[in-house]
Amino acid sequence: MSVLIFLDQADGNIKKNSFEAASYGAKIAENLNTSAEGIVLGTVKDDLTALGKYGLKKVYNVKEESLNNFDDQVFTQVIAEAAKKADSKVIVFSNNFNGKSIAPRLSVRLKAGLVSGATALPETSNGFKVKKSVFSGKAFANISIKTEIKIISLNSNAYKILEGEGLAEIEELSVEIPASKVKIKEVNKVSGEIPLSDAELVVSGGRGLKGPENWNLVTDLAKALGAATSCSRPVSDSDWRPHHEHVGQTGLTIAPNLYFAIGISGAIQHLAGVNRSKTIVVINKDPEAPFFKAADYGIVGDAFEVVPKITEAVKKLKGIS
Amino acid sequence: MKILVCISRTPDTTAKIAFTDNNTKFQEAGVQFILNPYDEFYALIRAIELKEADPSAILHLINVGGSENDPIIRKALALGGDEAIRVNSNSHDDFYIASQIAEVAKQNNYDLIFTGKETIDYNGSSIGGMIAELLNLPFISLATKFSLEGSTATVDREIEGGDEVDEVNLPLVVSCQKGMAEQRIPNMRGIMGARTKPLKVLEPTEAGSFTEVSSFELPPAKAGVKLIPADQPEELVRLLHEEAKVI
Ligand SMILES: Cc1cc2nc3c(=O)[nH]c(=O)nc-3n(C[C@H](O)[C@H](O)[C@H](O)COP(=O)(O)OP(=O)(O)OC[C@H]3O[C@@H](n4cnc5c(N)ncnc54)[C@H](O)[C@@H]3O)c2cc1C
Ligand SMILES: Nc1ncnc2c1ncn2[C@@H]1O[C@H](COP(=O)(O)O)[C@@H](O)[C@H]1O
Repeated sequence: MSVLIFLDQADGNIKKNSFEAASYGAKIAENLNTSAEGIVLGTVKDDLTALGKYGLKKVYNVKEESLNNFDDQVFTQVIAEAAKKADSKVIVFSNNFNGKSIAPRLSVRLKAGLVSGATALPETSNGFKVKKSVFSGKAFANISIKTEIKIISLNSNAYKILEGEGLAEIEELSVEIPASKVKIKEVNKVSGEIPLSDAELVVSGGRGLKGPENWNLVTDLAKALGAATSCSRPVSDSDWRPHHEHVGQTGLTIAPNLYFAIGISGAIQHLAGVNRSKTIVVINKDPEAPFFKAADYGIVGDAFEVVPKITEAVKKLKGIS
Repeated sequence: MKILVCISRTPDTTAKIAFTDNNTKFQEAGVQFILNPYDEFYALIRAIELKEADPSAILHLINVGGSENDPIIRKALALGGDEAIRVNSNSHDDFYIASQIAEVAKQNNYDLIFTGKETIDYNGSSIGGMIAELLNLPFISLATKFSLEGSTATVDREIEGGDEVDEVNLPLVVSCQKGMAEQRIPNMRGIMGARTKPLKVLEPTEAGSFTEVSSFELPPAKAGVKLIPADQPEELVRLLHEEAKVI
């Protein structure tokens, strides 16, 4: 048996979430006294043997150009084949966009129970229980998986990347690849920005910033920190910022190590998207703003005065002039 | 064209989250239940728009749940749709629920099945993909735009740091999120009409269940905010660096 980890790639690079999934899967394998193996679909630029440092003993690679385009049916078919070959009893995905497409399909295909949104290692001493985030981050549920094969998709930033020594053995798999029913016509990516969905640091702005012309407050701080940027719903609704930056109940759910909220009141629907962040900093001129209740650190003050000073202090810390 | 929209009932976004029975059950007393926002604002409204554009289209709603779900099903019918089907079961297992929906779908040959992005209580994001696999159909997850020309759909789907435009032929399963449509409020005619629309109750078919909730927990309470005077931004940066160790 083995633990199989799906390593997701885009443009030939393995995604950061996949290193978290690999570290997590390797730990599960260690706890179950078995080996951790990865699977990569398509052609990647990275040296796959280096994935050994996350604890993977072996990496299966299906080196087909056509697999550089994501297709949930095709990917499910290929991963199911690999899982059978590797006799995988636990399969790990990142709970990212592609993970949300394939993990449920694979669950049905392999008759394997799925827990999506896992936030901790499974409890394996008595059954197989996985802790996951529920009620939009307001609680956790421990879900027991009753099937022989188990699938877990891990929330981003929920498990720390662990790097050690070692090289993974590479095995090229040739699997029959079904024809894709989905034609990808366009891919639009904002280049040069840190993708919000897996950012470790995020600076976010709300209506308190008054207008898009003031967003340099947010972007300057983000740049100094090396952070991604996000915003509250009214801000994207008013087109002050692009829609993909909207976080909250109806937008993206994120869980960075640091969430910096500037001029955001902290409505419950906003908190639902960010309350799993490890450290929350709130800058708001109203001491009664509800966000302070969810914050770890706060400054009551005018963002227009305070934020540029914070940016300066960050630059000083990092030696950027 | 036949469209099926999967709708679920969830606690209101502002509901207090607490548990009973030794932390094995969600405390429902005093909680207001709503139509899951993703199902309502995005999946259902987009489906209604498709029907408005093609009045010959048939729009069915489906829910797997007990009779306590009837009010939210009626609310959905007040927004639009020709009839609703409720499969009478209180299961929370994604595979079991997806199996029930797939079974109904097989009998009715829908061209298009919409789900929401996720339920806001269990946050599974799983049922759409499972239905697609059970029916051997393509699945586009987390769609932000959907348009139809003949039997070819063009769907925008969110990916890391951007989006992707896909072209797929029907039949198809799509999970819907922000961007698909704008929220609507049911009008009086819709509310009156919903009372007479059929709401069929079916008994569940045999299906396995893969998972079980064994317990719930609340996150540990935050220690409380540490306030830093507005004229000491260096102190905030120092704390983030030395105490929280996040920068
Ligand atoms: C079903 C539903 C879903 C929703 N989903 C979302 C969602 O996904 N995401 C989301 O964000 N919202 C969502 N909302 C809206 C949410 O309820 C709030 O209305 C919204 O989050 C408020 O945005 P805001 O904090 O930017 O603006 P406001 O509430 O207007 O707050 C602005 C804040 O800025 C402060 N401020 C003003 N000037 C300054 C200054 N100079 N310096 C410092 N601080 C200043 C004010 O004190 C205030 O606290 C949803 C609502 C509903 C009903
Ligand atoms: N009990 C249910 N009955 C009908 N549809 C459901 C049910 N539960 C979930 N769904 C649909 O599946 C979507 C995803 O749910 P989930 O996988 O539970 O996050 C929801 O947005 C609904 O559209």
